[in-house]
Amino acid sequence: MTIKPIAISLAVLALSACATKPKIEPVQERPVVEAPPQIFEDAKPTPAPVVQAPSIVQGPVFDPNAPVPGSMADFAYQAGGEPRIYFGYDRYDLTNEAREALRRQAQWLQTYEQVNAIIEGNADERGTREYNLALGARRADTVKAFLVSQGVNPSRLTTVSYGKERPIDGASNEAGWARNRNGHTNISSGAVG
Amino acid sequence: MKRFIVTLWTAFCTALISFGSAQAQLEIDITKGNIDPTPIAVPSFLGTDTQMRELGKDIAEVIRADLERSGLFKSLDPASFLETQTNIDYQPTFADWRVIKAEALASGRVVRETDTKIRVEFRLWDIFAGNQLAGLRFSATQDNWRRTAHKASDAIYKALTGEEGYFDSRIVFIDEKGSKTDRKKRLTIMDQDGHAPQYLLAGSDLVITPRFSPSAQKITFMSYENIVPQVYLLDIETGRRELLGNFPGMTFAPRFSPDGNTLIMSMMSKSNSDLYAMDLRTRSTSRLTNDPAIDVSGSFSPDGRKIVFNSDRGGSPQLYTMNADGTNKKRISFGKGRYSAPVWSPRGDKIAYVKSLGGKFTIGVMNPDGSGERQLTESYMDEGPTWSPNGRVIIFSRETKGRNGSNSIWSVDLTGQNLRKVNTPGKASDPAWSPLLP
Repeated sequence: MTIKPIAISLAVLALSACATKPKIEPVQERPVVEAPPQIFEDAKPTPAPVVQAPSIVQGPVFDPNAPVPGSMADFAYQAGGEPRIYFGYDRYDLTNEAREALRRQAQWLQTYEQVNAIIEGNADERGTREYNLALGARRADTVKAFLVSQGVNPSRLTTVSYGKERPIDGASNEAGWARNRNGHTNISSGAVG
Repeated sequence: MKRFIVTLWTAFCTALISFGSAQAQLEIDITKGNIDPTPIAVPSFLGTDTQMRELGKDIAEVIRADLERSGLFKSLDPASFLETQTNIDYQPTFADWRVIKAEALASGRVVRETDTKIRVEFRLWDIFAGNQLAGLRFSATQDNWRRTAHKASDAIYKALTGEEGYFDSRIVFIDEKGSKTDRKKRLTIMDQDGHAPQYLLAGSDLVITPRFSPSAQKITFMSYENIVPQVYLLDIETGRRELLGNFPGMTFAPRFSPDGNTLIMSMMSKSNSDLYAMDLRTRSTSRLTNDPAIDVSGSFSPDGRKIVFNSDRGGSPQLYTMNADGTNKKRISFGKGRYSAPVWSPRGDKIAYVKSLGGKFTIGVMNPDGSGERQLTESYMDEGPTWSPNGRVIIFSRETKGRNGSNSIWSVDLTGQNLRKVNTPGKASDPAWSPLLP
């Protein structure tokens, strides 16, 4: 699921453009009807006058499930899934895929400048604890350096290494290890909602 | 640490030494893998009253278990004993013990000294030579009775192997609860035999890699209490905890120098992990490595002059040694595979490490110059070796594979024999063995 930020801003523009042309009349207030004083009696309430609403014009279709802009969910959505990028075994260099994902993260972080994030570096279980702490730290620093190169103010980004302490997948196989070798951009403050 | 008195029972010994030949024939060579454990009889210690007799039974049980776990001894079943001694000051009937094939006999008694204090006395006999090998007296508070048993085990071990024992010691480790993807870790301490486990910290912050100070009074560890994880110091007795320094980057992999005055640790600075030494008296730090590679897991030699550490400066994680001031760096691991987590033996003669090769992790030992490499264990994940106070046993963490994978602590002899699980209250990792208690 990859909706690029550029596509979204076009959609927003289209929506506002449509909103200005065919003037939608405000829905009229329903007249307030005083309830009859004898509440214990089986009196029928006066029916509300029916007001015909003007016809609704079809606006541009947008994803009804799209998260609130500026929220953590929105960050994940714009970043193309969970904001984690993945590394090779005992590697801390960025793959092309990781760079692409980080560019999207950086764009979002540039849009919402009040947001701060903690970059968490993680390693898979096939390494000893202390070495993996150093490896995780390098991964986190690599992610931070790339985001900073894309214009994110370094003071908004903190890094932490969890080594192999925070696996997201318990499986001891290639797929599980690959998921656990990641850099996670964890929004710490400033997100909407 | 509570006051604990050990008196060599010299007067007592000399009085009895004339009974047998002064030359001990019974000796266990612990440098060989011991295929035939030495049969030893440890009857319940005698007691001056019901409560002391009860204690005497418990003490003998603790000693038997200690000796059994060492793999060097086979504790004989008390039901097989022919002689029941009523006074340990008399020589035992050696023939009766020979019949049941005991090679050594440890008999003792517990005497109440005051309401809270006890005295434990025991004699170790060489059944074939027919002489006394050791006679010792310990004074302790009654609630410390287990330590008298461990001291007795240490004395037996020393008399029969010629080496210091390791039973009167403790293990600090990480207690683990929860599934692999949701682990709760707590700093815990227990006796070497798994008795009296105790959490050392309140709270639920992630804590890892604890290590003992040479006095066994302090522990250094890494905690995620703050956003940037750091190295802390904890006084076991007072519970006082202290953040060591306030560095902008993560500090980790701490370990004490043999004199306890210096802490070696790794620090992240500008995306680079290097080794630093912190003088614990002045809190000043000096940098020991300065290389763009990962430098981590420093461990001092017992004379304090050298440091072994882990680095990937050569392209893959390997072991290196250097002088304590950071000069003269030398790679020492040249075998196949990736090496990490080196720990210098307290005897100075070996370095334990973790090696990964072909999808397996092993605990191994090598000489400090890298020669004589030997793998002692192998599994999906064996890591975090730590030495017994006498440098003869290694305990380590073993993690099983898969979603239900969990950690436990294991011990193995330097010979690669006697692999067994260490008693812990639950899942456990990251053990560190204390020195012998003072």
